[in-house]
Amino acid sequence: MDTLKHVINVLSAPQVSFLAAAIAFFFVFPPTDRFQSWNRRLRLDWLWTVKGGILLHALVIGAFFLSTLDPNFRAIVTKPDNVPIALLLFGTLFFLWLSMKQACDNDARLANDQKPNEYTDPSESKILVWPDLVYIELIAGILCMAALIFWSIALEAPLEEPANPTLSPNPAKAPWYFLGLQEMLVYFDPWLAGVVFPVIIIVGLMSLPYIDTEPGGSGYYSYSDRKLYVSLFMFGWLLLWVYLIIVGAFMRGPNWNFFGPYERWDLHKVVALTNINLSSLIWVKLLNQPLPDNIIIREMFGIAMLGFHFLVIPPLLAMTILKKFYARMGNVKYAVFMFLSMAAVSLPIKMFLRWTINLKYVVAIPGWFNL
Amino acid sequence: MADSKQDQADKLKAAGAGKAHGHVAKGHVASGDGQTRRSFISWVVVGWAAFAACMGGLATITMRFFAPNVLYEPQQTFRAGAVSEYAPGEVSTRWKSKFGIWIVRLDDRVVALSTICTHLGCTPNWLASEQKFKCPCHGSAFRMNGINFEGPAPRPLERHKIYLDDEGIMVVDKTVSFRQERGQWDEPESFVAV
Repeated sequence: MDTLKHVINVLSAPQVSFLAAAIAFFFVFPPTDRFQSWNRRLRLDWLWTVKGGILLHALVIGAFFLSTLDPNFRAIVTKPDNVPIALLLFGTLFFLWLSMKQACDNDARLANDQKPNEYTDPSESKILVWPDLVYIELIAGILCMAALIFWSIALEAPLEEPANPTLSPNPAKAPWYFLGLQEMLVYFDPWLAGVVFPVIIIVGLMSLPYIDTEPGGSGYYSYSDRKLYVSLFMFGWLLLWVYLIIVGAFMRGPNWNFFGPYERWDLHKVVALTNINLSSLIWVKLLNQPLPDNIIIREMFGIAMLGFHFLVIPPLLAMTILKKFYARMGNVKYAVFMFLSMAAVSLPIKMFLRWTINLKYVVAIPGWFNL
Repeated sequence: MADSKQDQADKLKAAGAGKAHGHVAKGHVASGDGQTRRSFISWVVVGWAAFAACMGGLATITMRFFAPNVLYEPQQTFRAGAVSEYAPGEVSTRWKSKFGIWIVRLDDRVVALSTICTHLGCTPNWLASEQKFKCPCHGSAFRMNGINFEGPAPRPLERHKIYLDDEGIMVVDKTVSFRQERGQWDEPESFVAV
């Protein structure tokens, strides 16, 4: 049992778990036809059937309750702060399954030339506001209030002593919905992770209806019609948001160190994480030379990597595997779409480099631009 | 019936004439009364001036809002004791909670390190066993001398002015800070030599 726990602790380290999740992701949520054929061959779409859903939920919930037998795991998940987060994650899983099931049902129906499940005859599709809708809202409101009252009685509010600027709690955590941002702040400069990226995320979400103007799948759940969009959105949602919330809530312990789910939150855990810039890594470690004085020459590898990522890969994709997509989108839409996608992909790349080789900055121009 | 109808028609006519007359008269009399181009422009100027004044007032109030209402400030200058009170290689947390300062005795000097993390302003903890300051918010770490080497902090901790007074007691002045990335750590006021 201890060996198993140890193995899970090791596997849950972000460099392992994130990589595994990211690879598995594209088979579970295939962005292209090729991935979808692999998805079918591996029978992964079985997850979105009733039987698959029951198994999925039974596995996750079973593993969770089995894990609460472990004192370290129990200590973390039963913190009053964390209980709603755990509930929320089960909710996320359920609604993910529910929407994917509806999407797969509709995909099958459309493939058989049937109308989607949500389709109703326009002449019959009427619901009365009073009493139908108002009653539902009333009942929902009462249930929410009952849940809140129960919650506030059952779990004590984690109140602490008055704030003291010279004393930061250890670990000091943001509210759950900002844990993804807090995790991002670990890997990027504060103005990038705290200002620029949130703005890009919000502007990107706002621009979605203008980027994705294809009418297919509008008004009902579907996957096959809009693979690329759903897959990319799920990547951002599940891997860059939910995953980071899980990590931030349950796996970041004292001194903001990583702890496996069954690891004791040891205040004195020693972890060596000495940072290194890409420039020092290449010039000093690989080429055995001192850092050049000229900043541009010093940082040219990082600048070249950034340029390749944002300026070379998108046109390459447009000429190869995204040829049809590019023709449909046109220049401006394609450029905006690609900028947002490549930015979303660059985030985990940088995080992964920090986890594996402690890379601090790809481009480091102190006082001006550190990325 | 016919009479009253006729009456009504007359009344209407009279009213119409009166109206027309009044209108013409008004137009004549009021050549300075909000109708001409000149007066229209002056009203526009007044209107815009009032609007600008309102916006200016709003901006002033907003800017005022950013200045804290609290006048109380913790003491910025304090006496930190004699050099001999600090062992070589020691990081003293004696003044951390009161003044936000670590007194650090390095090989050849005593310095006053700020306890504000240069990432987002949390207060790091001194981990004696690992000989580093570690921030609990995002995991930045600093060496004993204040240089950042782990996590996201973009620059070293700041040092504050420290000097010996007439009695040979060290005085820390938090209003003056010295930043390594600006090459200020060798300025004589940034340390007390031992």
